Amino acid sequence: MSIIWFLVPAALLIGVGFLVLFIFAGYRGQFEDLETPAVRVLLEDQFKDEKENRK
Amino acid sequence: MTRMEQKGNLERFSYDDAIVKKFTLATLLWAAVAFLVGIIIALEMAYPALNGGLKWITFGRLRPLHTNAAIFAFAGNAIFAGIYYSSQRLLKARMFSDKISQFHFWGWQSIIVAAALTLPFGLTQGKEYAELEWPIDIAIAVVWVAFGVNLLMTIVNRRVKHIYVAIWFYIATFITVAILHVVNSAAVPVSAFKSYSAYAGVSDALVQWWYGHNAVAFFLTTPFLGLMYYFIPKAVNRPVYSYRLSVIHFWTLVFLYIWAGPHHLLNTAVPDWAQTVGMVFSVMLWIPSWGGMINGLMTIRGAWDKLRTEPIVKFLALSATFYGMSTFEGPMLAIKSVNELGHYTDWIIAHVHAGALGWNGFLAFGMIYYLVPRLWRTELYSKRLANIHFWVATIGILLYVMSMYTSGITQGLMWREVDAAGKLAYPDFVQTVSRVIPLYWIRAVGGMVYLAGFLVMLFNIFKTISLAPQVQSDETEDECVPYIRKPLFSGELSFSHRVLEARPMVLAVLTAVAIGIGSLISFAPMLLSSSVVESNYHDAINKPYTPLQLAGRDIYVREGCYTCHSQMIRKTVGDVLRFGPASTIEESMYDHPFQWGSKRIGPDLARVGSKYPDLWHFRHMRNPSQVVNGSIMPTYGWLHQDRTDFAILKKKLSVMKMLGVPYGDEDVERAESWAKEEAASIAAGLRAEGADVKEDREIIALIAYLQRLGNPTRGGVK
Ligand code: HEC
Repeated sequence: MSIIWFLVPAALLIGVGFLVLFIFAGYRGQFEDLETPAVRVLLEDQFKDEKENRK
Repeated sequence: MTRMEQKGNLERFSYDDAIVKKFTLATLLWAAVAFLVGIIIALEMAYPALNGGLKWITFGRLRPLHTNAAIFAFAGNAIFAGIYYSSQRLLKARMFSDKISQFHFWGWQSIIVAAALTLPFGLTQGKEYAELEWPIDIAIAVVWVAFGVNLLMTIVNRRVKHIYVAIWFYIATFITVAILHVVNSAAVPVSAFKSYSAYAGVSDALVQWWYGHNAVAFFLTTPFLGLMYYFIPKAVNRPVYSYRLSVIHFWTLVFLYIWAGPHHLLNTAVPDWAQTVGMVFSVMLWIPSWGGMINGLMTIRGAWDKLRTEPIVKFLALSATFYGMSTFEGPMLAIKSVNELGHYTDWIIAHVHAGALGWNGFLAFGMIYYLVPRLWRTELYSKRLANIHFWVATIGILLYVMSMYTSGITQGLMWREVDAAGKLAYPDFVQTVSRVIPLYWIRAVGGMVYLAGFLVMLFNIFKTISLAPQVQSDETEDECVPYIRKPLFSGELSFSHRVLEARPMVLAVLTAVAIGIGSLISFAPMLLSSSVVESNYHDAINKPYTPLQLAGRDIYVREGCYTCHSQMIRKTVGDVLRFGPASTIEESMYDHPFQWGSKRIGPDLARVGSKYPDLWHFRHMRNPSQVVNGSIMPTYGWLHQDRTDFAILKKKLSVMKMLGVPYGDEDVERAESWAKEEAASIAAGLRAEGADVKEDREIIALIAYLQRLGNPTRGGVK
């Protein structure tokens, strides 16, 4: 059972790691705009050849 | 346009589509293999003679091949195809390195081939979904890290500021799977293709299910959620219902999932508090999961007509529905009392297949129908065939899960039913086996129907690709104004002394990290020496296995007996009435790896020792149905022919000793002769009763092991 002494800190560490990531992402402005990213995804890229055809 | 973007210049760049094509084709190939092997083992269960007595295709060896092929080959390649396609577009950047992409692709395929070449030969670590032996495990770690570097560096090189939620799901997948895989696969090699888990008994069980559950969470859920959040909006050409909710979905999942593992060990010898932690977190998971499902489905709002006409949308919508079903059922099964009924039964098989065939399979199919026409610059050959695929596959899943629900609940009820006198209503386990065999046939048919649907897809995709324009580029061009990235650690965001002091929150978090790392380091030595780890129990009467018993145990692991037999009598009335006193932690304290199992197609074996004479096992292993009428256990005739490897026992004992099993130096020295003595006496006993057997046959070692189960003092060291 002593493996618990490894698993619990390890799981905590993963959790804390994500928490740091979360806070850091917040500082870097990742959560400032939660509207437009959803729309921006839909803008389609174009195929190289298709685009040339269209010109 | 924002102010920042105006400062930049329009940049043109291209995406690597060749790698996406490769992963897509690999997905299709391995899906066929995974489904086919699944059908074979489903048929073997209904009709055991199907394996023709061939050891390489016996149930216990093929089942790991099926699970590995489904998870790592089919789902794995689908994930990579989707990640490579969507990440480039979401980040407006080509993958970091084409070379790493190639290495990732070929490395991953070689690992799959290696799995297919080792598992049928019984080369296995005996831990579910982590069966692959240590050299392959190392290869997995290397290739996985290459994938991670490729992904993370692409994120660093991105041209848009915001990281779309799908990418977060991919990041979590990479990080968590890397950690889980390395921790769970820790083992000490005995030879090039044999190793013993670094952990024993209950520790091994906890590590394994910490891994096992999170393999489901971070290999079959988070990456697929990322794909869902990309491909559903793309398929219906509408933004995700609530982007905010998707962000919340992500962060709650990553914080909750890690703790849910012990729900695989409910009512076992694992301490109650650990079980309760697993149960509580599992139930909490229900909420964010349903948030995600509703978010996925509601994205289709306003485009419901597409649900009628577009096969891609059908697949994706049903996939999200199955996600919702599975994530409701999972937490429910994690409740102790429900688990008492469902654990070890086919209910769990229904649960995983609703997830794997419905959620993962349908998402992958929908994604491939979306990708192939775009990658090959053409139209899908036939929408009609795709619709047919959808309906056929749906019927396949329904047949599969309905039959397994029925079977599982039947088993659960029959196992624990008692008559008025308080005795088991079905004391012979085989009665409960015969009852569900018709359902095993239906399940196999369900699998075949699902495969039939898939073959329609293969044909459709093949036609699409062969009708595509012959000359075409594997690149897609795009352009954007890159945002000006701030350096990681400078300016207003600097984590400098001043900022740290000014931000107590940051300071607190960093302190927690420091403490976490510190505790990890201080606990590591304990881990490395399991003599310390398990020292509390060394006073127990339990004695280590004799070398012959150990050889027999390795045969048990090799044959995958754990795929049908548990070795963990739960603290439930039904279990105790049927199999004897509940298993204790001490009983498996020397078990590297543990063999508690997760499925009872046959009875629990934790106390099978002394239940039958040696001759019974001798005959039963050769032909179970001759000894037990109606048995569906496969025959193991080769054990009566093949020779035990006595020479390696010294090495095996020395590795066990290193892992903390209390063998003396002289025990290790005389391992070989000691095993031969014991084998000679067992063989002599069998011959006296008329069996024709030599002492160096594997069956002798296996019998020594089986008779030791539940008899902790039998044999043992001097
Ligand atoms: C396909 C599933 C399956 C596999 C694989 C399998 N068994 Fe079985 N086993 C059964 C079933 C079903 C029974 C109950 C009927 C019977 O006794 O034959 C059983 C019964 C037994 C029993 C009798 C238990 C009792 O209490 O009566 C023993 C011992 C046993 N198995 C050992 C093994 C060993 C050792 C292996 C691996 C070499 C193995 N089994 C692999 C399905 C399986």
